[in-house]
Amino acid sequence: MKNGTLTSDPYNLIIAGVGGQGNVLASRVLGGMLTGKGYHVTIGDTFGASQRGGSVMSHIRISRDASWSPQIPKGRAHMIIALEPTEALRVLADYGNPKVQVLCNTRPIYSVGVICGELAYPSLEDLEKWVRGLSEKAWFLDATNAAMKLGNPIFGNIMMIGALGGTGALPVDRQDFEAAVSRDMSPDRVQVNLAAYDMGVKMVEG
Amino acid sequence: MSHLVDGEPGSRHLMMGNEAIARGALEAGVSVAAGYPGTPSSEIIETLAKAAEARGLYVEWSTNEKVALEVAAAASFAGLRGLAVMKQNGVNVASDFLLHLAGSGTRGGMVLIPCDDPGALSSINEGESRHFARLVEVPLLEPGDFQEAKDMVKWAFELSEELQSLVMLRSVTRLSHASGDVTFGALPEGQPQAAFHCDGFVLDANEGAVMSAPVDYKHGQQHDKLKKAEALFETCPFNTYTGPEKPEVLVITSSACNLYSREAIKLLDVEGRVGLLKLGTTWPIPPRLVEKHLGLTDKVLIVEEVVCFLEDQVKILTAELGAQVGVKTFFGKRDGSLPMVGEMNPDHVAAALAKILGVQAESVPEEYAGRAQEAGFVGAPGRELTFCPGCPHRASFWSIHNALELDNRKGFVCGDIGCYTMGVLPAGFSTLKTVHAMGSGTGVASGFGKLGPFGLDQPVLSVCGDSTFFHSAIPALINAVHHKSDITMVLLDNSGTGMTGFQPHPGLPRDALGEDAPAIDPAEVCRAMGARVEIADPFDIETTQQVLLDLLQDRKGVKVLVLRQICALSPEKKGKKLYEMTLDQEVCVGENCGCNRLCTRIFRCPGLVWDHEKQAARLDEVICTGCGVCASICPSGAIQRREVA
Ligand code: SF4
Ligand code: SF4
Repeated sequence: MKNGTLTSDPYNLIIAGVGGQGNVLASRVLGGMLTGKGYHVTIGDTFGASQRGGSVMSHIRISRDASWSPQIPKGRAHMIIALEPTEALRVLADYGNPKVQVLCNTRPIYSVGVICGELAYPSLEDLEKWVRGLSEKAWFLDATNAAMKLGNPIFGNIMMIGALGGTGALPVDRQDFEAAVSRDMSPDRVQVNLAAYDMGVKMVEG
Repeated sequence: MSHLVDGEPGSRHLMMGNEAIARGALEAGVSVAAGYPGTPSSEIIETLAKAAEARGLYVEWSTNEKVALEVAAAASFAGLRGLAVMKQNGVNVASDFLLHLAGSGTRGGMVLIPCDDPGALSSINEGESRHFARLVEVPLLEPGDFQEAKDMVKWAFELSEELQSLVMLRSVTRLSHASGDVTFGALPEGQPQAAFHCDGFVLDANEGAVMSAPVDYKHGQQHDKLKKAEALFETCPFNTYTGPEKPEVLVITSSACNLYSREAIKLLDVEGRVGLLKLGTTWPIPPRLVEKHLGLTDKVLIVEEVVCFLEDQVKILTAELGAQVGVKTFFGKRDGSLPMVGEMNPDHVAAALAKILGVQAESVPEEYAGRAQEAGFVGAPGRELTFCPGCPHRASFWSIHNALELDNRKGFVCGDIGCYTMGVLPAGFSTLKTVHAMGSGTGVASGFGKLGPFGLDQPVLSVCGDSTFFHSAIPALINAVHHKSDITMVLLDNSGTGMTGFQPHPGLPRDALGEDAPAIDPAEVCRAMGARVEIADPFDIETTQQVLLDLLQDRKGVKVLVLRQICALSPEKKGKKLYEMTLDQEVCVGENCGCNRLCTRIFRCPGLVWDHEKQAARLDEVICTGCGVCASICPSGAIQRREVA
């Protein structure tokens, strides 16, 4: 499948997170990798006021030959990349289906309601159980912590993209990533990003 | 970014709708572009500003939308191509000039691009700009995908020159902020020259004075132009039909709804039964083209956002053509097939179509849907919007809130538009009690301040951001000063248009092109008006509260408190900590503190977390930006700050 075709056309992928986590950056990098391969990509981002601590989502539609709507129809996601674990559940509620796969960063970002103790944040065990119960396959990665070792939590997003590459769900690999980031990054930044990508790939292996 | 200017004709790029629009303007050879920041429109001007040097453009962030339209129109009067860009409600601000510009006519190509926000994804309204096209009688175009977002901008300029009329091109959030494939055209060569011919005969459209009078003559001309537009639209390549020759149901749509309708038809697998008439020219609609399609079907579904704009026009046309096309059954917003409010999506369209056709869309098993809903409900606690960690507004509202409590006369604050609108939420301690349009906080406060003789004895405050101050609060403030209205305006000066991505405004020493510009100090402007003006740093909570209390006691006319501190997301500040923060969980006495957990229950900076296990507050070092404010909030001294060298 690595250099093969899409398992579905369009292939519907959602990147979900919290404002400020770099959702748009992640969707751009992935979009760049896929257009580099000649795929038609449509991305619908929600940002704006939602930058301030709200939930954010990018809908990515990938197709061999057509452009699709920037909103994925309900219940039709093939892959969900959650940069924050509770966001996986929020997205599954609307776009999940028994065949969906989930890549989940386990680092929580507490909402104001949780911070002040008004709302309860679920335990990681419960989160994992629910996500597994609602997906065909799910991976849980501690990407943010690993990224902080690289110097910036934002690399967590790149690890998630590496992890996506590692799952083989899409016909993209490390070379496509390198090509995409090399277009607008300095060589030393490309190196750190490649390291982050590789760590992501390792996280889903085995 | 570089491909915006360097991209070869014929090359294909993944672009945000707003970038595609900007590329379209470059391909059209635009010379002047002006706008006022507002989501979802801001990236168009930002992108053009980046290309300005390479392409020899003049680009500015104007003080408000009306001025932006005026600046762009001047280019047109001088024979250049001019572009004005704004969000939906910006057109309201520009509308007076818009009406007169529609009447006066234009010379060089003149295009207005409003970006609407159906569903109010980042607005406090879902107002429509399309009605303005009908109201002031100028042609309206709506791109139906990303490629068209680019191509139609170029065409809009050509059309404007052919008609000598302003042309409106409307985008929406799901085009402006979505990305798709765009194939480039060529960029024009050469630098056009400006000259304003104004000494000719007064009725000469190219040599005379530019104005909308004599009205009967000019208005008549305007209608001739609309007739010409209508005729051109009949064969416009941006009006397309896909589907069977005689569809059971004809969908008429435009804009992003074109993409949703296309998807819904595929989803239901009804390509053989449903036709899709996508209109790129939505005012006036091309009557013969629509007539032709109406004649081939009995059922019509109209899909659009947000109000019934196409639906009304198609129904009027059908009434006029009754004898030719016969009776039709209409589906859309008015009959409840589609929701009247909010944004559209493929699911809404599919549901409407499924009902009309009597088919069923394949859906997620009920058992799964139930579980997913439940897990989402229990497992994903809500995320209320809040100020960024280290945002000066949180500190400002903290002080305003506390000062009003201490003052104890039920004082209230009239709000305005910007990140600080969140002051209505618990994030801003629910301090704001009215919120309407740009600049309205101070205008409304000016009115409240005159209600003393009627018995209103509560202190009246308003807040206003620095960009909003220049945009439209100045006339309101002058009104308050002149009428001796007893109010306190708190100017939340965070050195930029924080909400929309930190665009410069007249208070800053640089412009949209990054060049030096004379900065206008709002404090000086207020002083010149005769207001009492104080300045404080909102991060210095003690002083801020003291000054505010003092101003609240002063009951003679207009007082202004300028709270100056840069936005936490500003390029200057991002990633730089003022303080190294520590929170000693041993010192924090938690619920026993007697402070009612000021830090986490009330102040609620996302950098401070309530640790259920330890029953104490905790600092989240990934999120804390080190503004230092919370150190002055904890009465036990558990939060300490150390200045970063
Ligand atoms: S963007 Fe700036 S002004 Fe807006 S909430 Fe964040 S820190 Fe505050
Ligand atoms: S210093 Fe305190 S108030 Fe400032 S960002 Fe950090 S936790 Fe929030």
